[in-house]
Amino acid sequence: MVVILWQFLSMQGFLPYHRLPSPLEIAAGMKTLLIEGLPPGYLLYRHALESLFRVFCGFCIAACLGIPLGILIGWSQKLNTLLRPFIEVLRPIPPLAWIPIAIIWFGIGIESAAFIIFLGAFFPILLNTVSGVRTVDVRLVEATKVLGAKERHILLKVLAPGALPSIWTGLRIGLGIAWMTLVAAEFTGVKSGYGLGYVIMVARDIQRPDQVIAGMVTIGFIGYGLDGLLRGGQRRLLKWM
Amino acid sequence: MDVTGNPTEVLLRLANVSKEFTSVEGGNIFAVQDIDLTVGDGEFLSIVGPSGCGKTTLLRIIAGLDTPTRGELAFANGGNSKDARPNIGLVFQEFALLPWRTVLGNIEFGLEIRGVRKDVRQPEAMRYLKTIELEGFENKYPKELSGGMKQRVAIARSLICKPKILLMDEPFASLDSQTRFNMQKFLLRIWGETRKTILFVTHNVDEAVFLSQRVIILSERPGRIVATIHIEMPYPRDVNEPDFARFRKQVFKYIQTI
Repeated sequence: MVVILWQFLSMQGFLPYHRLPSPLEIAAGMKTLLIEGLPPGYLLYRHALESLFRVFCGFCIAACLGIPLGILIGWSQKLNTLLRPFIEVLRPIPPLAWIPIAIIWFGIGIESAAFIIFLGAFFPILLNTVSGVRTVDVRLVEATKVLGAKERHILLKVLAPGALPSIWTGLRIGLGIAWMTLVAAEFTGVKSGYGLGYVIMVARDIQRPDQVIAGMVTIGFIGYGLDGLLRGGQRRLLKWM
Repeated sequence: MDVTGNPTEVLLRLANVSKEFTSVEGGNIFAVQDIDLTVGDGEFLSIVGPSGCGKTTLLRIIAGLDTPTRGELAFANGGNSKDARPNIGLVFQEFALLPWRTVLGNIEFGLEIRGVRKDVRQPEAMRYLKTIELEGFENKYPKELSGGMKQRVAIARSLICKPKILLMDEPFASLDSQTRFNMQKFLLRIWGETRKTILFVTHNVDEAVFLSQRVIILSERPGRIVATIHIEMPYPRDVNEPDFARFRKQVFKYIQTI
């Protein structure tokens, strides 16, 4: 409905091309990106794969560090008091504010991009894991203790699975932020031949709003698809809930 | 086990056990005070008393989840430290099953953490599943079970660890009366078959008289032992018998004096 109305308004001349191209124009721009590529020869699917790879690297590192660390912090009050101040100061710094230091540390390339994405995904994953562990019913811990569970059993077989619903929420939020961060990182810091953020920037430089929006639409659909994957996993993993 | 209520051998002895908490105002509050108690091997013993009288605290001390601030607790094997404790079963009112594990996964948990191999522990868990009459439910999750079924799974989960004593904290309090009655009969059957020592906490006098050989009555906080009544009635018991009414009246008499 919205798209039809939009097309109608464009055809009536209410929405000029240089401000907001019509859906059909955007579709044409999308076709150009898919077949000819931007810059010519750099096809859209390669841009998307490159962006996905960067997100994948950063996100996996964030999950591999955030989940175990979150379980430990949720379990140990000592570790919590020790690390909380650092976490609370680092957390409000936007990932994009790290771009200059990332470039100083890692140069321009996949490492910087992965680092920025890692920062975006890490904190939601960590904090959701911590709160997930905290909400595990203390009676489950006591019941398993009486059955003979040692600390490591309680960590791995009670607190970790008990926190899984919350961990999964953290992963979904983290992946969403990672995806948003990536595109912004490609805008400003990470200059390379490929990447969806890079496509949008090039399209803007050559004054093609249709291709800018086609790039944005691609980003939107892929982000939606990524979340869909995690939602599917959630249904399968958490069917006991 | 001696059905007349005279325990043959001592399993557990509590001497002068007290547990104090520091209240918000800074004063000391006794949860339980000067508990002297001997539990016989194979005995079915109930503890009744008003809410907040420290019944649960007493069970938690025996289970090793709380430590007494004063007094001694000794098992027959001489162990009172945490490591020397025999296996203990604890059944909660709220079942406390692991919701992400299936019925079978919950039952085999105790064996799993003891490193028992899967091809050994699963048949064993299936055997207990049969004992609790839940064959066919092995792959269900706790949320799919009724309260009575959940509690039977919780009992099987404890029994598979071969506990010397089964501690039960108002295990049937959240069940409807029909299910509750069935569970009481079920528990007596399990007791008869396994000869486990059972320490049963309840605030329901009828339940205590129906189930146990000996009923201990605790006072309001601080919980002290007010009376011990031997229920000298053969099993299976009938709630309509005059004897039943007589023992029930005896227990109530003490409860009213609290």
